[in-house]
Amino acid sequence: MKIAVLVKQVPDSTEITVDKNTGTLVRDGVPSIINPDDLAGLEAALALKDKDDSVEITVISMGPPQAKGMLQETIARGADHAVLLTDRRLGGADTCATSRTLAAALDKIGYDLIIAGRQAIDGDTAQVGPQTAERLNIPQVTYVDEIIELTPEYAVVRKALEDEEQILKVKLPAVLTTLSGMNKPRYMNCMDIVDSFNNPVQIMTYDDLVDILPQNEIGLAGSPTKVHRTFTKDVSAATETFDLPAQETAELIAKTLKDKQLITK
Amino acid sequence: MDFNLTEQQKMMQKLFREVAENEVKENAADVDENERFPKESVEVMRQSKMLGIPYPREYGGAGADYLSYILAVEELSKKCATTGVVLSAHTSLGTWPIAQFGTPEQKEKYLRPLASGEKLAAFGLTEPNAGTDAAGQQTYAVKDGDDYILNGTKIFITNAGEADVYIIFAMTDKSKGTRGISAFIVEKDTPGFTIGLHEKKLGIRGSATSELIFNNVRIPKENLLGKEGQGFKIAMMTLDGGRIGIAAQALGIAQGAIDEVIPYVKARKQFGRSLAKFQNTQFQLANMQTAVDAARLLVYKAAMAKENGEPYSVLAAEAKLFAAETAMDVTTKAIQLMGGYGYTRDLPVERMFRDAKITEIYEGTSEVQRMVISGAMLK
Amino acid sequence: MAKFPDYKDIYVFVEQKNGEPAEVGYELISEARKLVSTIPNMDYKVVGVLLGDNVKDKAEEVIAHGADKVIIVDDPLLKDYSTQFYADALTQIIKEFKPDSFLTGATVLGRDLAPRVAARINAGLTADATKIDIDQDKVADGEALLLVTRPTFGGNLFGTIVCPDTRPQMATIRPKVFDMAPIDETRTGEIIEFKPEWESTTPQVEIMETVAKALEGVDITKANILVGVGRGAEHSIETIKECAKELGGEVCATRAVVEDGFMDKDVQVGQTGKTVRPSLYIACGISGAVQHVAGMEKSDMIIAINRDPEAEIFKIANMGFVGNVDEVLPLLVEEIKKAKAA
Repeated sequence: MKIAVLVKQVPDSTEITVDKNTGTLVRDGVPSIINPDDLAGLEAALALKDKDDSVEITVISMGPPQAKGMLQETIARGADHAVLLTDRRLGGADTCATSRTLAAALDKIGYDLIIAGRQAIDGDTAQVGPQTAERLNIPQVTYVDEIIELTPEYAVVRKALEDEEQILKVKLPAVLTTLSGMNKPRYMNCMDIVDSFNNPVQIMTYDDLVDILPQNEIGLAGSPTKVHRTFTKDVSAATETFDLPAQETAELIAKTLKDKQLITK
Repeated sequence: MDFNLTEQQKMMQKLFREVAENEVKENAADVDENERFPKESVEVMRQSKMLGIPYPREYGGAGADYLSYILAVEELSKKCATTGVVLSAHTSLGTWPIAQFGTPEQKEKYLRPLASGEKLAAFGLTEPNAGTDAAGQQTYAVKDGDDYILNGTKIFITNAGEADVYIIFAMTDKSKGTRGISAFIVEKDTPGFTIGLHEKKLGIRGSATSELIFNNVRIPKENLLGKEGQGFKIAMMTLDGGRIGIAAQALGIAQGAIDEVIPYVKARKQFGRSLAKFQNTQFQLANMQTAVDAARLLVYKAAMAKENGEPYSVLAAEAKLFAAETAMDVTTKAIQLMGGYGYTRDLPVERMFRDAKITEIYEGTSEVQRMVISGAMLK
Repeated sequence: MAKFPDYKDIYVFVEQKNGEPAEVGYELISEARKLVSTIPNMDYKVVGVLLGDNVKDKAEEVIAHGADKVIIVDDPLLKDYSTQFYADALTQIIKEFKPDSFLTGATVLGRDLAPRVAARINAGLTADATKIDIDQDKVADGEALLLVTRPTFGGNLFGTIVCPDTRPQMATIRPKVFDMAPIDETRTGEIIEFKPEWESTTPQVEIMETVAKALEGVDITKANILVGVGRGAEHSIETIKECAKELGGEVCATRAVVEDGFMDKDVQVGQTGKTVRPSLYIACGISGAVQHVAGMEKSDMIIAINRDPEAEIFKIANMGFVGNVDEVLPLLVEEIKKAKAA
């Protein structure tokens, strides 16, 4: 059973702040981490491997060369192989171009099951998993919070919806997208850390995919969505103290919340 | 000369930091307050293969280096000195003698479960009348057919009751003094072996420190470690290594205290500005960090000497002496910088201050370290 | 000359469950109406797309909510949501009717379906948007270019995304960001029934069971709005809980309140508790001791209510109110309810 786990290196968005004086994003010193939903997916794969020795886990990431360190850490957690898809020509890709590239790489690497995090905490699109499934023409189950059973033919999973959960049986190969709350990811371990230095991250470039992926379908050129403009959220360093009767206090707070769109229906 | 950690050591350090920050830290106050053994932390260490870091793969260890193990003690001790000493006593004192002096059979039977983390180890040398002066041992073992019969009492034993395997020193020939001491591997459930009084301590209050009582305990001769009469040598060599572990614990406590002080002095305002803006704060912090960094160099150097098979007895003594005194000094200053809040149990520095004191005492007091260092100088 | 002369109108996917349309579909239809009204000369229509089994009778309801036209696919295969059949049907609808833009609710269903369809037709898709405009500068060229704004980096950065070169312009939109217009029963519109050609009718995913969701514990570090309880608010905890609920937020507390046994340790904020960074932190009866402030000072907006005009909390609050929490909070809950009803 070959399980491919898709991961992304992201800035820890819980550490990102907007400078209250300049209104710009503070990214200095923000650590890079494995995207939490992806880490849950890796843990789900490792848990399957704990139960079944025949499971072979390949972790795949598309990103800049720095993502190599993160991939080595996945080996230090127990993954068997790691592949980094890195190439300037792949840069600037939106989810549409990214999914084409990942699908081409997956075709080359081989898979029986693909596990991806539901969404990344930087882009928050939740699109790469389903779009990769579409490119590979295989079924998908998104928002998975438990993998209940895995056989060579099918997987039984629990999917979290807004107000209920479904137990679904999906034919393999398939893409599952996982939620960060579904498990507690294991730490690296000293033994696999040592081994990770003898099991280098494999590097793939566009040259490895050129026979099945036209250049106009990758990177910025292959991306139908374009960023028109960006701006940071409205934060303020100003402080003001009011001494008003209770009713006026309540009214002013409610009005402020309404103006700031913090009261929603 | 290269003062940098290798890539592998850096990755190990990252793991230890994650475990310390996410698992060990949240229990530290409770472990101290309720004087309870940090079982959850030991379980995470077991899963992360941290209980056999420097031991070979063929016996279930991680097959990593000695400095990586020292980094583990340092990082854990930044958040919880109790957890640091559990790892140090297990790795340096309880497991190392078997790895170093054990027969292949002893290694298979004992080193494998200890290095893989299935079992925990302890070391029993100290007695009411024999601390650093090990020649005063009153525990004795008498040969009886294929066994030894062990009688006596050990005190202040770290991991007592929690450990499954104990390295116990006993007189096998009183007439030979220290050359009459032998080392034995004793299993927890051996009939006649009981855990006695649990000590109530100033610091490292979650570490299990108790008496070991041996009453006609029958030990098979296969569990004699090394040869008869080699016990004293085994004990002294083990303690040399153990000192590097305690030095790392002291280093961790000191750095942990600085790590607590920095956000505090930035946030706390007095006379209209943060404490961090006062020159007294700045100079104190500079002195504290400089001392800790100097201690770190000594500790890592001793660890590297041990890893490289070079003499490390004096280096270990220097590292422990300096790191322990630095820990005491830095935690004292840390409380002073934090004032009344620092003195309360709301913040962890008062615990660090109490924990620091033991590093000047166990596995050889600071005075003993000075004896070791000057002894080598005046030889 | 328009860039995409064959593509026209704004389409909205009307999600339904057990035959009942979800509100988000109507919210998007209402918003789409506003958008088409900004480009009167282009004569754009708002088209609802409803997929399901026995849902024909809902078409009038979709029109009453603001659609000019409804495309219905009524088929037993569409009874429960299935990525496979819904994507097949929707793709065929898009190919047949050529929408200029296609909006879907950013629900679990919408975020499963829309990316699959977008990939199949190689259309640009903007995820989880909170605002949509039409670029008025392009209208003269006969183009209704959508400017779709969405939060990224955990809500710190907003990006406005466009799809200039592909059609339809697709987006998933968060529920509850747009108001639902009042129902107009007098509206009339065209109802078209569409019959897709199924590539396969064998499902690749089977629903074995549907179960109620287990309740999860509160994670205050993920809350967008927090109302904090300090010692000065220990008598108003129930009111504070109600206030947090009305705002869609959670309640947290200082160490003192936790130690007094009024709140669980899980929700303690500060140096010995958790560090939080919500969009809004309302500090009730919190003095502002450094232990607590260290855990919440990075909140985007801090509102503090405290009796003591000299309280430290007022030094870091964006808006500080001198007052008694026990008096102010019940009134605030009423004001929030009023604001929501308005």
